[in-house]
Amino acid sequence: MGTVRRHAFIECNAEKVWAFVGAPERLHDWFPITACRVEGQKRWITLAAGIVFEEDIITLDHDLRRFQYKIVNNSLIKFHLGTLDVIPDGDNRCLVTYSTDMDPEVLALPIAGAASVGLAKVKQMFDGQK
Amino acid sequence: MGRKILFITTDQQRYDALGCNGGTIARTPNIDALSSAGITFDRAHPQNVVCMPSRSTMITGQHVSTHGVWMNGVPLPQDAPSIASDLRGAGYATALIGKAHFEPLLDPFLRFTENQIGNQRKTTDNPNDPHRGFDHMELSTHGAVGQLHYSQWIRDNHPEAAGGFYSVLDNELQVNAEGGGDSNAPQLKVNPIPTEWYHTHWVAQQTIKWLNSLPADKDWFCWMSFPDPHHPWDPPASELHRVPWRELDLPAGYIEDKSKREQIIDDKLRHWRGWYDGSFVSNYEAPAKWVPSTLTADQVREVNAFTHVENELIDDAIGTVLRAIDTRGWANDLDVLYTTDHGEFQGDFGLLFKGPYHVDSLMRLPLIWRPAPSSNTKISTRVSAPVGLVSLAATFAHIAGIERPSYTEAARLPIDDAEAVSLGHERVLTEWDSVLFGKIVHLRTICRGNWVCTAALDGTMSKFGEGELYDLVNDPLQHVNRWSDDSVRALRDDLLSDLWANLPAQVLPLRNMDAPV
Repeated sequence: MGTVRRHAFIECNAEKVWAFVGAPERLHDWFPITACRVEGQKRWITLAAGIVFEEDIITLDHDLRRFQYKIVNNSLIKFHLGTLDVIPDGDNRCLVTYSTDMDPEVLALPIAGAASVGLAKVKQMFDGQK
Repeated sequence: MGRKILFITTDQQRYDALGCNGGTIARTPNIDALSSAGITFDRAHPQNVVCMPSRSTMITGQHVSTHGVWMNGVPLPQDAPSIASDLRGAGYATALIGKAHFEPLLDPFLRFTENQIGNQRKTTDNPNDPHRGFDHMELSTHGAVGQLHYSQWIRDNHPEAAGGFYSVLDNELQVNAEGGGDSNAPQLKVNPIPTEWYHTHWVAQQTIKWLNSLPADKDWFCWMSFPDPHHPWDPPASELHRVPWRELDLPAGYIEDKSKREQIIDDKLRHWRGWYDGSFVSNYEAPAKWVPSTLTADQVREVNAFTHVENELIDDAIGTVLRAIDTRGWANDLDVLYTTDHGEFQGDFGLLFKGPYHVDSLMRLPLIWRPAPSSNTKISTRVSAPVGLVSLAATFAHIAGIERPSYTEAARLPIDDAEAVSLGHERVLTEWDSVLFGKIVHLRTICRGNWVCTAALDGTMSKFGEGELYDLVNDPLQHVNRWSDDSVRALRDDLLSDLWANLPAQVLPLRNMDAPV
């Protein structure tokens, strides 16, 4: 099992950041993917290399500010759980973490790399906003 | 007109692969001729023994601690210094053809420029400010998968050949351990691909095409980078007759007696035995499901035979390119540098592949500088002083007649041992860092005065204060670890002091690892 975590401290109110990253259908606005579609508890994302991941949305908790999903119906992936948390650190600062647990473990690394790119973009978008 | 620079690299090639370095199997007349007409380095080390960190050192002229590419899968930043950019700024046309690997190969998000331009079948991302300073990039790796140009070329033109290569990853996306050939050796396959479709030939042909696109009076820097003889070992089947594996003697570094072999391994840092037994896989440089202790003598022979075949094909390809350069009338102004990024066990100690093992198998590299005949440089010399690939960038600048870039951390290569002293080539340093899902190995190594001293830092199986020390003159196969030998304690401590005094401070925090390779 590969387990990785990436994070960013963002100088912005947690609610405001969560309103953006906690919207599963807006993933393509910050994560380096080319397309995203949500239907009920299902999400499909398309990567630049043309790969499509089908995902089940497991948790969308607006109180905890936690989003969890797993990639399903993929012959290569035995287990996957992705977790996004937005944790307030005072009124105008928050910590965003993106964790991936995955088997095969090698795939956890490129997903974590993409998460770093995504978190950097969120930080760029929200840093300094009240 | 100035001097042209042909920088030739192979991947994972041993010092003794070449005839000019005492190799007796592969016939390498073209490389041997470069050695005869140039400067051959007998103690050249990489600054890291895996691809991405080592290649990042070549292009930046920096140690790993500085450029920060501490392991495969850690991308070299887009804005990292590049000697190609400096040469381009001095008016050189610049190209990298073959294996780059400054950025991860496994890139499903297509985040990295190398994969992007391959995917888009382009040879540059921006003609005005090209990626890493190369006007032209046509890239390849070890087979026909992925986004790079060679893979696209095979799939576009010879799709029936794509499946002939060994599959680098298995169906669980792990580095494949499946065996092949007659001996069932890991990562070995008989590949039916015709020689003229194989990547070695493709790299040479694309190099010639690019050179032929240049005006006669243009100065140029071309990095021709062969993916071989890195595993998987799957050269064209039609070439295997060159080296019949059953006729090979076992290499000197292979220890046939199992108990003696294991005794020698047990005398080293503990992660050696962990990997040998299959209980500790610290990185992705070898198949995790393959257990080295199962390696047979016949597998060693067959892996070596396939490797020698690949080395002969590389030598043939180099000859073809040099003749094409001669045809253009550039031979008199041509500097050729030949090296590789790191070595390969190839059976030494009963092991294959590479990893955190700082011995000659992985660290002693072929390195040849054939200066332009027009430069009237003294030739036919051998340099015994320790040098590193970290000196390449400054050497390219020197050849081009530009000031050594301030970002480089080592003087240019010397032309003889006397100049090695004046340029300060007293020691060469190598680093290893692997942090993989809780399995941690950190090593720091100095080679000076025919001794190699490796200090472990705190990790999963070793702690600071442990290490390895080898006498390269009296123990050329590094069988005897002198680390705890009181008779050389003062020497060891002096080497360690020298190591800590000269190793650049590591840029922290370590950059993220974004892929396995």
